[in-house]
Amino acid sequence: MNTRSLLAKLGPFLGLLLVIALFSIPPEVRGYFLTYANFKIILTQTVIVAVGALGMTLIIVSGGIDLSVGSGIAFTSVVGALLIQRGWPTVAVVAAVVASGAGIGLLNGAAIAGLRMMPFIITLGMLGVVRGAAKWLGGNETVNYDASAINNWMTTPDPFGWSLPAGAWVAVTAAIGTAVMLRQTVFGRHIFALGSNEATARLCGVPTVRTKILIYTVAGAFFGLAGLMQLSRLRQGDPTVAVGLELDIIAAVIIGGASLSGGMGTVLGSMIGALIMAVLRNGSQQMGWPTYFQEIIIGLVIIAAVFLDRLRQSRSA
Amino acid sequence: MTTTRLRLSGIRKAFGATQALRDVCLELAGGEVHALVGENGAGKSTLMNVLSGGCAADGGVMELDGSPYAPRDTLEARRRGVAMIHQELSLAPHLSVWENIMLGAEPQRGGWLNRREAKAQARAALARLGYEHLALDRRAGGFSIAEQQIIEIARALRTEPRVLIMDEPTSSLAQADTARLFAVIRQLRGHGVSVIYISHFLEEITRLADRYTVLKDGQSVGSGEVAGTTQAHLVRLMVGREVTELYPARAARPGPPVLEVRGLRAGPRLRRADLTVAAGEIVGVAGLIGAGRTELVRALFGLDRSTGGTVVLEGREAAGRTPGAGWQSGLGFLSENRKEEGLMLALSVAENVVLPKLGKFGRLGWLNRRGMETAAGAWIGRLGVKARGPAQRVAELSGGNQQKVALARLLEYPARIFLLDEPTRGIDVGSKAQIYELIAGLAREGRAVVLVSSYLPELFGMCDRIAVMCRGELVDCRPRSAWTEPSLMAAAVGGAA
Repeated sequence: MNTRSLLAKLGPFLGLLLVIALFSIPPEVRGYFLTYANFKIILTQTVIVAVGALGMTLIIVSGGIDLSVGSGIAFTSVVGALLIQRGWPTVAVVAAVVASGAGIGLLNGAAIAGLRMMPFIITLGMLGVVRGAAKWLGGNETVNYDASAINNWMTTPDPFGWSLPAGAWVAVTAAIGTAVMLRQTVFGRHIFALGSNEATARLCGVPTVRTKILIYTVAGAFFGLAGLMQLSRLRQGDPTVAVGLELDIIAAVIIGGASLSGGMGTVLGSMIGALIMAVLRNGSQQMGWPTYFQEIIIGLVIIAAVFLDRLRQSRSA
Repeated sequence: MTTTRLRLSGIRKAFGATQALRDVCLELAGGEVHALVGENGAGKSTLMNVLSGGCAADGGVMELDGSPYAPRDTLEARRRGVAMIHQELSLAPHLSVWENIMLGAEPQRGGWLNRREAKAQARAALARLGYEHLALDRRAGGFSIAEQQIIEIARALRTEPRVLIMDEPTSSLAQADTARLFAVIRQLRGHGVSVIYISHFLEEITRLADRYTVLKDGQSVGSGEVAGTTQAHLVRLMVGREVTELYPARAARPGPPVLEVRGLRAGPRLRRADLTVAAGEIVGVAGLIGAGRTELVRALFGLDRSTGGTVVLEGREAAGRTPGAGWQSGLGFLSENRKEEGLMLALSVAENVVLPKLGKFGRLGWLNRRGMETAAGAWIGRLGVKARGPAQRVAELSGGNQQKVALARLLEYPARIFLLDEPTRGIDVGSKAQIYELIAGLAREGRAVVLVSSYLPELFGMCDRIAVMCRGELVDCRPRSAWTEPSLMAAAVGGAA
């Protein structure tokens, strides 16, 4: 492997190190920022975006986009809260919430592949449809319940020990599974083929319609999983939560080196992209920067990441 | 060479009012290289699309190894053993070499990819072509065009094709790569694969092909053994037709030179062009597709960045060429791509006509819409555009009327040097005659015209002089009377004139 392609692979990783290094300089935050306890907080904060980014990686690599993720997370968290309210066992709740996410993905995929419409348009429409459905389902208010094992996913029994919250382990396991699927299965390689050149994929007998539907369905399952974690963090089903979260998720995938025109992207990159944004948020909070300043910084980081990526691409071409 | 692999007879295909194929017959033997030749627009691409499942024929019979053959799509054609290598390569650039070769037929067990087996099969396909050393794990997009072509052929070989169609495979290859490709094609022929080889380069055909079929205006007009056939005979079959009375009579009275191009270069597609055009003169630019004709006029107008050479307009050197500066210095450019570049289809006739000088219709930031429509309306009348009025959307007009609107933009500015790229492409004969009359009128008024065309009769009918481009170079420019269609074709295909 030559140095350039090594650099290309390490790009997002170097970005993460750079961001961590920046917040390690000012002495007033260094003491706390670099502790394990704080990294645990960062990890926990990034879990929802990270799990969402797994699904989004599949979609973006295939040349698509999904704008309905924030609404999907709200919808599935409301579904979960209602089922807990009705006394469903935890396993059944988890299965039903993930399945409801997959169901939304199936609708997206079927509309995109079946009607041959732009993913941008379909999921923009679904952004509204699913958000409305979540509010309808929740009776236009938050859905509360007494207690559930799911509530413990995003917290750890001892905040200063080594143990990570369950949600973080779920995210890590899901990430490894997705990476293996993208690399080692025929379905995974067909995702890349679709995004790289859809006409060629069809010519070579790749079942493009079925593959697309499957991509959005699997991604939807990940969004359902993210909804479950949203539920765990809030401990209530809130139909107005996660507005605009899809943009954070898309940004994580793009910072991680994926191309919006498809054919490129890695799970590791997307996870690092999610971490970069979480570290930026956490660090800015500790610096005492106002939130508007954080927003500006994260926006600039997205533009810089894509610009650097394009420089890299044009030089290797 | 005894068995018939593929037999086509009476193939017809129309696109709207255009009859692309009228009556095509072709017989392909097993294990032969069969050249398909014809001018631009003779119907070669349509015929090959019909063969490879890209579109269905309206009529006619196709037989493959004795059984009926009518593929619904490219996939079915591949299953039946007919594969096509397109002029524009169709690899997935982000995937590795072996993934491209095995795409859609990956060896698997329960959804899990068997990498070792996949790579072995890919390597075997490459080995048949003598390219087993190609790095299987590298991204396909990082290879040269010649190597990408080999990867695509290897993919086609995976399905054990009986007929392999190659559309202009050497148009972007260097000499050494062409020789290597020919070795590969001969090897395939040795394995019993029948190859249909489309090329403009007659010299290649005499080197490579066993037999030929010539298409002209959608009909097969001749076929036979390549051995014992001269290039001149093929050229006569390709161009043999009469020039009709479409073209207005005009006495050439060239004035002083207004456009002088010296050593113009722009990227790999335009390597060198020298050309002088006088006021009142029509100079044609002939050449094959990809010879650099469009690149020449685009670079002149400033649409493509030129990488060398000088352009002198009406005695002044034009520096820092951009389209905006082009308009101001008297140039007018008509795009060959009317629908995607030449016109804004969703906007009105008036907006399309006055766009380059929109500022002249503004007063303190307010647009004088009535002034715009009056100006455009005048051209509607003078050019006989069939439109309800200047406010009608251009998308609603016919091709010929759209082209008149595009030309009206040049007249309204007004341009003094007209760069017209395929001004009569895809329009009906009636509109053609009107546009020819319009172009002749420009020359009579002392404007200079550069006319790029793929249609030889048009060039011979309209131009005072004709320049020929071949592989990015303007190789020759002579008065019309010093050319014949065969000598011009010979220059365009790179042969001795």
